[in-house]
Amino acid sequence: MHYHTPASFEDAIKIAAKATGITRFLAGGTDVLVQLRADMVTPDTLIDIKHIDGVHDITRTSDGGWTIGVAVTGAEMTEHPELAGDWPGLVEAMDLVGSTQIQGRATLTGNLCNGSPAADSVPAMVAAGASVSVRGPDGTREVAVEDIPTGPGRTSLAQDEVVTAVNIPARVAGGGDAYLRFIPRTEMDIAVVGCGINLVLDGDTITQARVVLGAVAPTVLLDQACGDAIIGTTLDAAALERLAKAASAACNPITDKRGTIEFRTKVAGVLAQRAAKIAYGRAQAGGAS
Amino acid sequence: MSLDDVKTTGFKYVGTSPDRPDGLDKVTGRAKFGADAYAPGMLHGAIARSPHAHARIISIDTSKAEALEGVKAIVTRADFRDDLRGDHWNVLENVMAGDTALYDGHAVAAVAATSVLVARDAAKLIEVTYETLPHVTDVDEAMADGAPVIRAGTADKSVPEGLHPNVVRYHESGHGDVEAGFAEADLIIEDHFRTEATHQGYIEPHACLATLGGDGKGDLWCCTQGHWNVQKICSSLLGLETSQLRVTASEIGGGFGGKTVVFIEPVALALSRKTNRPVKIVMSRSEVFRASGPTASTSMDVRIGMKKDGTITAAKGVFRLQGGAFPGAPMEFTAMCAFAPYNLKHVKQIGYDVMSNRPKQAAYRAPGSPMGAFAVESVIDELCNKLGLDPIEVRLKNASREGTRASFGPTFQRVGLVETLEAAKAHPHYSAPLKPGQGRGISCGFWFNFGGETSVSLALSMDGTVQIVVGTPDIGGSRASMALMAAEELGIPYENIRCTIADTASLGYNEVSHGSRVTYASGLATIKAARDAVKKLCGRAAAKWGIDPEAVDWVDGCAVPSGPNAGDFDPMPIAQICKSMGRTGGPIVGHFEASPEGAGVSFATHIVDAEVDPETGKTSVVRYTVVQDAGKAIHPAYVEGQYQGGAAQGIGWALNEEYVYGKDGRLQNDVFLDYRIPVASDLPMIDTVIVEVPNPGHPHGVRGVGETSICPPLAAIANAVSAAAGVRLHELPMNPPRILAALARRD
Amino acid sequence: MSKIHVTTSVNGDAVEFLCDPRETLLDVLRDRLGLTGAKEGCGTGDCGACTITLDGRVVCSCLVLGAEAEGREVGTIEGIANGEELHPLQRKFIEHAALQCGICTPGILVATKALLEKNPDPTETEVRYWLAGNLCRCTGYDKIIRAVMDTAAELRSESKELS
Repeated sequence: MHYHTPASFEDAIKIAAKATGITRFLAGGTDVLVQLRADMVTPDTLIDIKHIDGVHDITRTSDGGWTIGVAVTGAEMTEHPELAGDWPGLVEAMDLVGSTQIQGRATLTGNLCNGSPAADSVPAMVAAGASVSVRGPDGTREVAVEDIPTGPGRTSLAQDEVVTAVNIPARVAGGGDAYLRFIPRTEMDIAVVGCGINLVLDGDTITQARVVLGAVAPTVLLDQACGDAIIGTTLDAAALERLAKAASAACNPITDKRGTIEFRTKVAGVLAQRAAKIAYGRAQAGGAS
Repeated sequence: MSLDDVKTTGFKYVGTSPDRPDGLDKVTGRAKFGADAYAPGMLHGAIARSPHAHARIISIDTSKAEALEGVKAIVTRADFRDDLRGDHWNVLENVMAGDTALYDGHAVAAVAATSVLVARDAAKLIEVTYETLPHVTDVDEAMADGAPVIRAGTADKSVPEGLHPNVVRYHESGHGDVEAGFAEADLIIEDHFRTEATHQGYIEPHACLATLGGDGKGDLWCCTQGHWNVQKICSSLLGLETSQLRVTASEIGGGFGGKTVVFIEPVALALSRKTNRPVKIVMSRSEVFRASGPTASTSMDVRIGMKKDGTITAAKGVFRLQGGAFPGAPMEFTAMCAFAPYNLKHVKQIGYDVMSNRPKQAAYRAPGSPMGAFAVESVIDELCNKLGLDPIEVRLKNASREGTRASFGPTFQRVGLVETLEAAKAHPHYSAPLKPGQGRGISCGFWFNFGGETSVSLALSMDGTVQIVVGTPDIGGSRASMALMAAEELGIPYENIRCTIADTASLGYNEVSHGSRVTYASGLATIKAARDAVKKLCGRAAAKWGIDPEAVDWVDGCAVPSGPNAGDFDPMPIAQICKSMGRTGGPIVGHFEASPEGAGVSFATHIVDAEVDPETGKTSVVRYTVVQDAGKAIHPAYVEGQYQGGAAQGIGWALNEEYVYGKDGRLQNDVFLDYRIPVASDLPMIDTVIVEVPNPGHPHGVRGVGETSICPPLAAIANAVSAAAGVRLHELPMNPPRILAALARRD
Repeated sequence: MSKIHVTTSVNGDAVEFLCDPRETLLDVLRDRLGLTGAKEGCGTGDCGACTITLDGRVVCSCLVLGAEAEGREVGTIEGIANGEELHPLQRKFIEHAALQCGICTPGILVATKALLEKNPDPTETEVRYWLAGNLCRCTGYDKIIRAVMDTAAELRSESKELS
């Protein structure tokens, strides 16, 4: 294995483009090193991107949104009051990934590029409408987060492409988000079901809703029917009932060591209702709390 | 006081909780555990393991591995003895596969190399050609017609004719006429129960450092619960004279029964012999899960009859235990413990030991008992519910007590079940109000206590301080307990005593630290060794005073004349006697060797409150109380720790822990991520009540306390879930998908 | 395979070592630097027995490469006591019988020390969640949590006396 510490994304891409065999980018390492230790993936080339300028920064953009560097850890996000104020659901989702120790290393970008359908931060990012900047030999492109994972452990990124930042939109007035996951213990498990929701209200009425399910299909699901079930409502009992049904209907899960098809399908509806209530409460409180 | 007196009151040191002697080492990181040993010239070992549940080994090609730079030796089964039979053949077969790989993770070859990374790389380069065979991992399937036979001809004479060859041992016990008893019942409940295999989950993986030469002399450092047993087995597997292999037990990072056997130690020795260099092997966590000794999985049927007043009229249990690809599943313990809490006129229990394509089970804290308690205590709870009876009153009505003929045969001496039930009933927890969605469960549990070969040496220093040498690895603070018992007998401060775990060359044979025997057996031996030393100390004083040794008593660390007739001498302190020991007869050492037979069994009653989320089936344990008879708590804080630790393991077993095998017979959850032991945020504080009904067989009244605490939790939580959610779970773990499915069936 | 030269600081001491790119910082600490206080319980970041601090933040040293330590500040269990004087947490863990086998103890002490520096007055629930990545199989956590809460209270009363 060859270990590189490029000082720029340009150099990182050059190394990746020339590399043969398996290449991995290293940020927090909480997936890469596990896979190495477990003999699942032993990269031939490991490119540590933590020495590149700006990768540790959380920056407010001119339009009120946020740019999160690819080496920003979960702990750093949780400790950022303004980011957490704008996007509590997203920050909580990242905070759910692993232990205190994992939070000291794990990153949003790593959680995304690992390609797991159960990644906690991904439904929250998709619900938020986040995108990533992807740099390749031909320049930088902006890709919606939901377009990165293509299946378990797979992404749409080319061998010589690297994510350079996560872009979170501005929190609009009357907006609120939430993410919940189901795990059998209180901590340390992979999500059996996850649900991220971002709402915008006009008064008490939901005008926009992005409902995203995790761990119930090969990739996270941004489900329009779930959103439609509650748009135009005040999240009354009937709307919540429709939401649960839509969420369960959207599921295309598997039975594995972590849960059954029946369980995931039912609990997706339960979590969607619970997350929607939290997001609605936050939106009513004015979004940025 | 006669030297054989049993002392049960008036303790000065026993019953206090001083700091542990190994505390400083363990909070500063300098305590040396299994993997913390290094030796000059040391090589690192790694093991190649079968990826198949059941496969014939056609060939093993080591040429690519040998070609890797840094590789020094490779061993296979051919490097071990080929003339073993019986138990040691089974151990060897498990340590290194012969013709057939019998489970996913079964060792097939091992390599020694100059670094861990090279060793691991080389292990991956060992090319094994397999012919896969049909496999079976489920206990009921393994007993069914047509199941693949793990190894023909393994069954012993106990097995009735007509059973599948995978049933290798059979047990039947009980007394009375159960059919007559059932005829007297007002209500009979019979149910089928299943429990999955769980792992002890010690945080320290198996680790060892072996040095062995062609002269047959060796040294082995390893984390084990019993190094004399390691010495015996390893010397047998490698064809060494037992005494030529010296084994030293490291500090041990948890065992719970799982470190009573050997896995990597003989392999490291074989590699060391082949390279003439020290070889260290440390298992990965995945190897621990796949290829150490988890507990058995079970399939059980329990039938109990009860009168309307709560009297149990008859009980019958059938317990089938799958113990992996070798004989030895502890089904007789399941059978013997299941009904032990109850005074039954008619009782019958049957056990089956079943082989399957899983790793060979090892002991896990009260091996076999928790599963039987799960089934029996669940049925009793249902009977109480249906008959409208209080679960503690019913248990009190039927409780085993002194003079009860135990379900497994003998008559109980003084036991403390009634006292634990009374204490549970009186505990505020039992009458505390519950919140909506919560339910309360109670359960009893039982475990034995063992004696076994024990030897202890107690040497006095010139300044009157004391070194105790015991042979039972300290897995829960036993060095402190030994020092307390010695302090009590010698009448000197706890701080003046140092207790050390000897290596196999420094003391007589000692049975493994298992069966809750250490504080009982090594404790007894420590007390007797102290009394032996006291006798010698008194003898020195008597000689100095010119009186009969019988006329000298030992009081508060001093020799004193036993009465006015003995003479008028000032008390002679221990330090004064020891200072002149060289001139008064030489070193003073007390010792004791025996296989004590007065072990004291222990009963417990647990109370648990659980809350079930009806929408997700997730169970939270919100309050937990352990009440258990310790006989006498030598170091109460460590007794509490045993109660709390056993309860926590039981909670994990009840709710989330399980071995998950795929259709391919491979273990799917070989990491802590998916083998879900309780984390700190999963548990409440665990309250404890230490009941003390002295064991007449121990000079301070000690019973075994380490294991009973894992017996009640499985049923206690099942009973709490039943009360909280109105569904009875018959299968463990009671994970959210299972509870949600049960709720759906109910509605 | 060429090795990487790393210059770093461990418990305040300047340290240099050569390591294979695949070696974890845990491997380096134990096998190359003789600091065996951090333990490998899983190698996959699930048990916390290898917990150390990296630039003050708690991490699993099994999930950090040795090469990543370049220019960083590493803190281990061996650096917690001040000479002969134990850290209050170390003392309280012994007093409260908060360890049985002791294999998880170094990781738990490193993690809780960081917690109390960040939050001197944690609730029981906060302590439990902070330590969720530190598995203990012996104690049921009860006495560990009590030891941490008691240490926090003692440190608070001391800092009150000073101020």
